[in-house]
Amino acid sequence: MKWTYPFAALVGQDEMRLAMLLTAIDAGLGGVLVLGDRGTGKSTAVRGLAALLPLQAVVPGCRYGCSPTSAPQACPDCSTLRAPGAKAKRPVQAPVPVVDLPLGATEDRIVGALDLERALSSGIKTFEPGLLARANRGFLYIDEVNLLEDHLVDLLIDVAASGENVVEREGLSVRHPAKFVLVGSGNPEEGELRPQLLDRFGLAVEVRTPTDLPTRVEVVKRRDAFEHDPESFCAQWQNATEELRGQLLKAQKRLNKVSVPDQALEQAAQLCTALGTDGLRGDLTLVRAARALAAWQGSKTVRTNHLREVAAPALRHRLRRNPLDDTGSTTRVARAVAECWGET
Amino acid sequence: MKPNLSRVQAPPDARALSPAAHAAAMLLAVDPMALGGAALEAGASPVRDAWLATVQAHLPPTMAWRRVPHHVDRDALLGGLDITATLQTGRRVQRQGLLQHHNPQMLLCPMAERMPNDRAAWLAAALDDNAPLALLLLDEHQGDEPSERLPSTLRERLALHINLHGNSYDAPHWRDADVQRARSHWRSVAVSDAIRQDACALAAALGVHSLRAPLQLLRVARMVAALNGTHAVDQAALTLAMVWVLAPRATQLPPPPADEQAPAPQPPPPADDPNTGPDTDPTRAAPTDTELPPQVLEAAQAAIPPGLLALLQQGLLRGAAQGGARQPPSAGPGGRGRPIGARRGSPHAKARLHLLETLRAAAPWQGLRQRQAADDAHRLRVTRDDLRVWRHKPRGQTTTVFVVDASGSAALHRLAEAKGAVELLLAECYVRRDRVALLAFGGSTAQTLLPPTRALARAKRSLAALPGGGGTPLASAIEQAQTLAASIRREQQRPVVVMLTDGRANVARDGSQGREQASQDAHQAACAFAATGVAALWLDTSVRPQPEAAQLAGAMGARYLPMPHATAERMAQAVQAASGAP
Repeated sequence: MKWTYPFAALVGQDEMRLAMLLTAIDAGLGGVLVLGDRGTGKSTAVRGLAALLPLQAVVPGCRYGCSPTSAPQACPDCSTLRAPGAKAKRPVQAPVPVVDLPLGATEDRIVGALDLERALSSGIKTFEPGLLARANRGFLYIDEVNLLEDHLVDLLIDVAASGENVVEREGLSVRHPAKFVLVGSGNPEEGELRPQLLDRFGLAVEVRTPTDLPTRVEVVKRRDAFEHDPESFCAQWQNATEELRGQLLKAQKRLNKVSVPDQALEQAAQLCTALGTDGLRGDLTLVRAARALAAWQGSKTVRTNHLREVAAPALRHRLRRNPLDDTGSTTRVARAVAECWGET
Repeated sequence: MKPNLSRVQAPPDARALSPAAHAAAMLLAVDPMALGGAALEAGASPVRDAWLATVQAHLPPTMAWRRVPHHVDRDALLGGLDITATLQTGRRVQRQGLLQHHNPQMLLCPMAERMPNDRAAWLAAALDDNAPLALLLLDEHQGDEPSERLPSTLRERLALHINLHGNSYDAPHWRDADVQRARSHWRSVAVSDAIRQDACALAAALGVHSLRAPLQLLRVARMVAALNGTHAVDQAALTLAMVWVLAPRATQLPPPPADEQAPAPQPPPPADDPNTGPDTDPTRAAPTDTELPPQVLEAAQAAIPPGLLALLQQGLLRGAAQGGARQPPSAGPGGRGRPIGARRGSPHAKARLHLLETLRAAAPWQGLRQRQAADDAHRLRVTRDDLRVWRHKPRGQTTTVFVVDASGSAALHRLAEAKGAVELLLAECYVRRDRVALLAFGGSTAQTLLPPTRALARAKRSLAALPGGGGTPLASAIEQAQTLAASIRREQQRPVVVMLTDGRANVARDGSQGREQASQDAHQAACAFAATGVAALWLDTSVRPQPEAAQLAGAMGARYLPMPHATAERMAQAVQAASGAP
């Protein structure tokens, strides 16, 4: 049994935790970009979040991890497995997948490719699913996304946005569902992402190693306890985990009932105009993130305080900037928020 | 790649090792998998062999010892299709990857400092996945080549950082029985809250920000305590653990112990140095709330590598301690451009199978092969010789090296404009995704302000912090530019050197003053530079351009552009024109 460090036991890093929870509430938010130092618990948080989510029903034998309630035509495996004549098997319960994308991964491995083995040995043309298929209905985690080749990042974000992977290569023509939450992390000091790519991540958070001693000690203490005896550590956090899970599920249910008044839309537009963000993706994400936050906090309508809280993660990476200007984008967003909506 | 079953025959000559080195070897042997492994900084030498033999001799008996060749490819690590066997047998034959073994293994990676990023990422992922393996990275770097550092993703995950030729310190002489006992007991060694607090404070005092470090420190301290035969981690164990875990990663010197009034010259704290980036803003300058025990601090100071202070002052440490700007895998020779046809070869991570060409190559032989085949099965018979892979046009990338004259004469006239021009050019590079490097000279030497990087904000910061003044050591500047250009070429990129100077050399190569000797040296350096054929551009920044600058530029093979009245914009345009049409 492999134990995962409980999400509830993370210390600090509130903004990152909130951003990850919001993407879990509304998978359409478009992923999180975590920028910051090494050893700040980024991958621990992603894995913990996936473990926090309840098991999901999966069509047995489907390599794309489809849900039994999805349309069978959408996926190459399900269209045979769940064809009208086929004998239906009971769905199995599987944990939410977290797929790591290693830096050296090639396009073939990511999108899938011709099954070379079968093509060469038996002359059959089949599709071998790649990492995107495995990440369907889960998380795709890319450490050091800024070091990934640009065309791969492009491709990933495209798929993440459309929820579908279309492969047209080597005479293959396959489309399969690939709905996943993209979590990228990186240190901007080691190379920057192109602005076009930055813009397509839903939320961006900045993480710093905590500097105050008590927090650091607490982190070390908990992690040490976890490594020493993961079982009892997880048992100890069981209640907190369950509570968080319940909250998350409730928020997911509430999400569609949260209303977004016109006033909130206007406020969002006003802020984005003031900041001069390109395109409308900023407005959309800001409103969606505020709605997810409202659902998380149990409010029925989106209010200014919700917008205020998610303004920085939703907009900080969309500012048009001089590449050489050091002014922190967080500061610029905060300034614009204060100008548009007044001080808190 | 076969497990080396013959464990060392002759007993390793442990006497060749210093006490500290021996202790480190024994410590690693206790439970390598819990430590992730070790990074060993040492060139090939009998001492290193003895050290490795000591580790190998004391490892758990179930643990295999495998050497990972420097050029190991993806399939060898992660497993994949065995093409030759598959073609021969006509059914799929999988090859097991090195990282997929289920039995514990120690992977020895020689020349780890040249390990490509993708390989490092796979190994790091395997460590994160709790695969039953430990890594032993052999760091054989020589000199201060910034591109040749251990991949920081891996360095970060390995608890022990050992330098066989570094400082020596006292360490107990553990025996095999100690290792055996520690292996079964170390997990139950107790750690008090006070020790935990000390561990965190110590990491903060040494400027080690990653939270993995204090965790690894505690783990190692437990092992040390177990080796010593105690049941709780004490100060001594923590101190010894620090020597291998924290000291090599230190980015600052600890504050002096409170009781002694520190007559020793204090190093400038990195916070004062804008070169070192945002990591050192004042809030992070080690706010130690608790006082550390003086003996621990003393040990920390003694254990820090001797060159650290010098590195800190040069602002080079970012590259060393944090991995700096290693380049993305795309920048290597395997970087893909446009496909331009097929060539013979087997597909692997960097070469994709060209199916059509493969079939075309196999087609004429089908009749013959069918007759020769042992079985009657009607299937396509493809052999290894038929395989074709896509050929790609390599994508040339440019690294622009700016050599900025910060001497007194330049500072007087045009340093500000030169800086402005470089800034404008940096913005250009940002758009083209080029890399830049920054060399500055002034006073008696030239120094690399910034190794090749894409982090342009950093480039701008180092530039802004560049002070002017001093002599003009032109010869050493040209030589350094040449060295840097050569290392850029080794990375399969195209260097372009841009000199911004008035060309009035007055410091000779050996650092002595004197215009005569200095000009001669500069001329020699320029001729040597020309022999390399690196594209270069000379922007004469003096107000009244002198013929000698033009001569030097000519000797260097550089395009010469006098800029008597140029503004920053015009300089930028000139460079653009020159580097656009190489």
